[in-house]
Amino acid sequence: MSGTAGVDAGVRRVLDTHAKLRVPAADLAEDADLYAAGMTSHASVNVMLAVEDAFEVEFPDSLLTKSTFCSIGAIRCAVEGLLEAAA
Amino acid sequence: MHSTRAGNTMAHPGVLIGCDIHPVFNVVESIDVFGERYLARVFTPAERAACGEAPERLAARYAAKESVLKLLKIPADVAVAWTDIEVSADPNGAPSVTLHGRAAEIAADLGITTIELTLSHDGGMAMAVAAAMVGLDVELAA
Repeated sequence: MSGTAGVDAGVRRVLDTHAKLRVPAADLAEDADLYAAGMTSHASVNVMLAVEDAFEVEFPDSLLTKSTFCSIGAIRCAVEGLLEAAA
Repeated sequence: MHSTRAGNTMAHPGVLIGCDIHPVFNVVESIDVFGERYLARVFTPAERAACGEAPERLAARYAAKESVLKLLKIPADVAVAWTDIEVSADPNGAPSVTLHGRAAEIAADLGITTIELTLSHDGGMAMAVAAAMVGLDVELAA
């Protein structure tokens, strides 16, 4: 899974499975507030772990902020940063 | 009031509180799906040792961590690891919280020296309330 579109699609798949959103992730804009869409703080833990599995990355403590998981775009940017750092 | 290292502001004298309620099932589900990785990211070794395999006790500790995060009013762009907020209990079962890392820095910036904590669980839900006094010199009447 690579490229912005691939990462975006992967993040949306994770959200559909783990974020407990009230709507399908496909219906959300990249900058839509995931917490407003129903994701709880605890669900964001599951999202983080599932994203790590999906992209074979690990979120360092420095990225454990509410803003890292606040939108699809924010998660995608974080994943792209981690993938770039690992390359 | 002045800015702190966390970008927060020093609290006015008063009482800070935070609360959280959490379904025990969510913790069970996360353990089922992510196992050790979930437990290690969220709970300290001491918390896990104290809770054993009782998900309601882990859920209460998760609620406690969230209640402390709310009390500290952590800005959205400030990173705090869940393990930076550690819940323990005295021999009588009374809970207390110890802060590490960034959480400890933020609490110090706010002038917090002690956080009081209470936990409960029943009916598949766990909850916690955290409270701290800031800048108050209160003496209770004898």
